[in-house]
Amino acid sequence: MSTRTLYDKLWESHIVREEGDGTALIYVDRHLVHEVTSPQAYEGLRLAGRKPWRVGSIVATADHNTPTTHWDEGIRDPISRTQVETLDANIAAFGAKAYFPFRDRRQGIVHVIGPESGATLPGMTVVCGDSHTSTHGAFAALAFGIGTSEVEHVLATQCLLMKKSKSMLIRVDGTLPHGVTAKDLVLSIIGRIGTAGGTGHAIEFAGEAVRALSMESRMTMCNMAIEAGARAGMVAVDDTTIDYLKGRPFAPPADTWQRAVERWRTLASDPGAKFDTTHVFDASTIRPQVTWGTSPEMVVSIEDRVPDPDRERNAERREGIARALEYMGLTPNVPVTDIRIDKVFIGSCTNSRIEDLREAAGVVRGRRVAGSVKLAMVVPGSGLVKAQAEAEGLDRTFRDAGFEWREPGCSMCLAMNDDRLEPGERCASTSNRNFEGRQGAGGRTHLVSPSMAAAAAIAGHFVDVRRLY
Amino acid sequence: MQPFRVHTGLVAPLDRANVDTDAIIPKQFLKSIKRSGFGPNLFDAWRYTDRGEPGMDPATRRPNPDFVLNQARYRGASILLARQNFGCGSSREHAPWALADFGFRALIAPSYADIFFNNCFKNGLLPIVLAEREVDRLFADVAVFPGYTLTIDLERQSVATADGSLTYGFEVDPFRKRCLLNGWDDIGLTLQHADEIRTFEARRLHDQPWLA
Ligand code: SF4
Repeated sequence: MSTRTLYDKLWESHIVREEGDGTALIYVDRHLVHEVTSPQAYEGLRLAGRKPWRVGSIVATADHNTPTTHWDEGIRDPISRTQVETLDANIAAFGAKAYFPFRDRRQGIVHVIGPESGATLPGMTVVCGDSHTSTHGAFAALAFGIGTSEVEHVLATQCLLMKKSKSMLIRVDGTLPHGVTAKDLVLSIIGRIGTAGGTGHAIEFAGEAVRALSMESRMTMCNMAIEAGARAGMVAVDDTTIDYLKGRPFAPPADTWQRAVERWRTLASDPGAKFDTTHVFDASTIRPQVTWGTSPEMVVSIEDRVPDPDRERNAERREGIARALEYMGLTPNVPVTDIRIDKVFIGSCTNSRIEDLREAAGVVRGRRVAGSVKLAMVVPGSGLVKAQAEAEGLDRTFRDAGFEWREPGCSMCLAMNDDRLEPGERCASTSNRNFEGRQGAGGRTHLVSPSMAAAAAIAGHFVDVRRLY
Repeated sequence: MQPFRVHTGLVAPLDRANVDTDAIIPKQFLKSIKRSGFGPNLFDAWRYTDRGEPGMDPATRRPNPDFVLNQARYRGASILLARQNFGCGSSREHAPWALADFGFRALIAPSYADIFFNNCFKNGLLPIVLAEREVDRLFADVAVFPGYTLTIDLERQSVATADGSLTYGFEVDPFRKRCLLNGWDDIGLTLQHADEIRTFEARRLHDQPWLA
């Protein structure tokens, strides 16, 4: 048999039927649902007199709109409340395998609770009406975001009509230097290949440096595959994957565990498998990264300076740089370490898992947030992450340093709730998007790793976290 | 879904690369639980000088006179001319809903973000890919000729000026094309294969019971 990539294997094992033109009907194993992109899909289902095809595939939670303080007061914003209540009503009417509603102790960001509950398993197709569904690819799942029409399509048919993407291998050799994280790695990859670099591709992250990463870090990488333009990112199964899954609530029970593991072990690209595109990186050269612009590809290392548009020869790019610098309120050629910040956000589906919080707490411990920083906040990715962090005393570490310790949710990643930047405010953020207005109209976002965000909070400006260790 | 066959409309140019979905419809408007009504807030942050919030009456807003869609010559435009990687960012379908609700029927750009591209077809909005050079030419012509219109013929896969002086062909996936031409709903089409789905599912859950 010919050699196949991991993506080939995942794709082929989900084909229900193929149309002549390359379009295939692809079966969906896991459907994650949240309050923002599902109401119109359920409305469509109801109007057509249809029912969910397989209720057992659905795992739902409320995350985008939920507040991160004063949970006892409920959701004050009436529009957000309507969305969350609409989800409550839809799940009550149509059912789900699991629902973690607002204020449930297992509630959290949909891309955090899927893996932590074991609802995301190797070999699955995982979809959600959210682009960062690529996160789940860390488990050798084919995971991608879909629009609301597709949410309705999956609800009604358990399938999606799609065409196969091209395959891209991103191989990272070597070892990441101390203090350099998966976030830095993926940001520097995006800086190199660009936000359209992965368009039309499914990316497999592989190589020595990726094998050495924890599941949390692999999730951070796959989470940002979408920022490189790819719809899906994935990592092959190994012991790290299997150890992570063992004992999770929705992982296979003891009687099928061995069989499942045997099958999962086949979920890797065959030696010599062909990819349409290959990029190779050397982990040992990666330094901590900070974005300076309004797209994740606008990124430099902490040792660099803000770019100068006048040095860019391509007119369109020059204009893009100039426009981004204007929005960001930055002067060309200024060292990144001179950029002062107003707020710090540690959270989002990119970096709000327990390992991220440990990493940030390690930097913060015994230090104080700079007086010039108006707000430094930590928003755990889920109720379970929060409980774990509290059991380890991380909440105390953060609070003692002057951070706010919040309830779980998407929070200031996209500022649909009350957590947002005011116009002109500058934020060190562990999230995944620095688009104009993403964290609040006029807000200025710099994407960084959790330890770099923590270091910036302490210093009041960006600093090389490697100096603080 | 409204079928798309031949459409003639006024062209509006949006001369920026990488226009993201947050720019197309800022997130404060995503809290609606309906599919319609997003048009007045399309490109809200660029279109108005005051800060938009849901529920505001568009008549009381302060339009930004510099923004292209506010210029009188582009009023009623139904074809949006854009630059590369249009629609990047989130998977939210609110972006094509807003474009369609505003009155756009087709987009022309050198490239689009994947998910956005897919979402357009599902909402009767035709995203046409033309070569960079052809898009440059259209931008130049739109700027020079007020009232510049184009005719898009999906069956023939062509974009043409009214006088026929300029015609470009474009590629479109045959399946998507058929759906758009006929206004077909994807779900109905898929459910014609319900038996095959059931068979596939039964075998899968039998072989891998942990997926249930
Ligand atoms: S944390 Fe941010 S990126 Fe992740 S699902 Fe929530 S809003 Fe989307």
